[in-house]
Order: sequence, then C-alpha cells, then structure tokens
Amino acid sequence: MRSILRTPPSSPSRDIALVCLADGLVGASFGAIAVSAGLPIWVPVAMSVFVFAGAAQFILVGVLAAGGNPLAAVASALLVNTRLVPLGFSISDTFDGTSWPRKLLGSHLITDEAVAFTAMESERTRRRAAFWLCGIGLFVAWNTGVLIGAFLGGQITDTAALGLDAAFPAVLIALIMPALRDALTRNAALIGAAIAVAAALVLPPGLPVLLALLGVIPAYVATKVNA
Amino acid sequence: MNLVLPIVALAVGTMAFRVAGPLLRTRMTLSPRVEQLTSVSVAVIFVALVATSALVVDNGFAGVALPAGVAVAALLAWKKAPFVAIVVAAASTTGILRLLGVS
Repeated sequence: MRSILRTPPSSPSRDIALVCLADGLVGASFGAIAVSAGLPIWVPVAMSVFVFAGAAQFILVGVLAAGGNPLAAVASALLVNTRLVPLGFSISDTFDGTSWPRKLLGSHLITDEAVAFTAMESERTRRRAAFWLCGIGLFVAWNTGVLIGAFLGGQITDTAALGLDAAFPAVLIALIMPALRDALTRNAALIGAAIAVAAALVLPPGLPVLLALLGVIPAYVATKVNA
Repeated sequence: MNLVLPIVALAVGTMAFRVAGPLLRTRMTLSPRVEQLTSVSVAVIFVALVATSALVVDNGFAGVALPAGVAVAALLAWKKAPFVAIVVAAASTTGILRLLGVS
C-alpha cells in the first residue's frame, strides 16, 4: 500500500531495537507481576507466546490473580484487541504473495509497534522489512523479558518509576507524527482522540479506540468530494 | 480455578482478530481512496491510543507525570527530533516527575 508517511527515519533498525528493549522491560514486569500474584510460572510464559498482546495479557492476569470472573476477563481482554483487525488490514499488503503458513505466522506478530514501523515506510520491500524486523524482534524481546521477570519474581518492581508507561505512547506519537502533517489526517486524528478520551472516562478499554474511528467520517466525505 | 481455558480462549480470539485483516484484504481490491482512508484510520487509532493511555487510567484522569511525558514526546516529534531522543525524553520526564513526588 502507498503510505501517506513520507519521511522514513534515518535508522529504522536502531529505533526498532530501542522499542524492543523498552517492551522487554515491560515484559519482565509482566512476568514478575504474574508470578508474585501467585500464578504458576507457565501462565505468563504461555500467554506471552500464544497471546502476545501486552495490554490484554495484563488484564487477564490481573483478573485471574484476583480470582475474578474468567469469562468477563477474557471478554475485556479481547475487546482491547479488536483494534488488531483494522491494524492488520492496513499492513496486510506486506503478506502479498507469501504462503499461508507465513501469513499466519506474520499475523501473530501484528502489534501496535510493528504496524507503526510499517506505516512509516511507503516502499514495498522496506514495509516488509520493517514489519518482520519489528515483529520478530518484539516477539523475542517480549518473551525473553517475561521469562526473566517470571524467574526473578519480586526482584523487578514497578516499571512506572522508570516512566516506561510513557514510552509506549511516545513510540506511537513519534512514528505517527509525520502522517499528522497532512491536514486531513490530523483533523481525523484530533476528532478521534477527543471522542476516545471522553469515551474512556465511562467505557471499558478497547471501545474508546474503536469509537475514535468515527473521526474518519469527515475525511471519508472529503475524499468523496475530491474523487 | 482452571487457568488453561481462559488463556486458550484469549489466544484463539486474538489470533482471529489478527487474521481477519489480511483475510479481508485477499477478498477485495483496494481503490486508492480506500488505501488513503486506511492510512488515515491507522493514524486515528494510534492517536486515540496515545491520548487515552496518556490521559485516562481506570476511567479517571491519569494525573500529571504521565501526560507530561507524553506531551514532551509530542512536542519533540513535532519538532522532528530523533526517535530515540523522543522516547527517552518521554520516559525520563515521567520518571523524574514521579521521583520528585508528582504523580
């Protein structure tokens, strides 16, 4: 797909490495939190390999550890992951011409960060390289982090003290800012963000981000007029 | 409590969401307009994620330290600062504010 992002970063692989490091640290805190909450070590480990979606994993572990309703926990964790549908749609051109096993493997590696790094690139081979490098790098970093955290347990405390919770939105805003120089995109994003923040005050996580897509409507109308 | 079932359910459901996008795309050819709207949608999703994760925690406002770090990131990104500088500045701003007792 032709991307509306036109200024590729000087060194995507170095930037990807930094994101892997940050996510690895968050993974370590996930493993530590799960184990200190009394869950067996295989729970965070298996979840990280087979679910591989940080926010959803934190939600499920939180509820399981607190002895809450597992059905409700799975539902709220899945709600957070609904955004993977439009995000996966946007990068699926990088799977063009690949075999189905590879498409499935690639799909499992779809994360916010991998999509954001792919969206930075407009040229096809660069998009493909960015997606797989970030996807595989994050998978390795996240799972290594979780293993270390799970075995070290209480040694790793709150990553909030390191400001790591600010790193995730910082990564996304850094990668998406070039796209926001386009007025049509920027207006859609600002409307969407306003809707999402208002919705987040009353709705469970996941829904606000879906509702934000209403912000695309003005852009939809505008491109129809131009076409 | 059975721990296997919730994990399997979450893994299967998440994979279904992940596969849905690429699967949809193999069934349709995209006009340039749909491609443009897809790119706009990705920007909308990410900015909404940034705004909600910076401002809202558990249906309430997130305090000062976290939004301050993200605001520094947004400003530096707008000024075209290098990626590493943006991420490190955001984390340090939030970390240092918390160290000073600002939540």
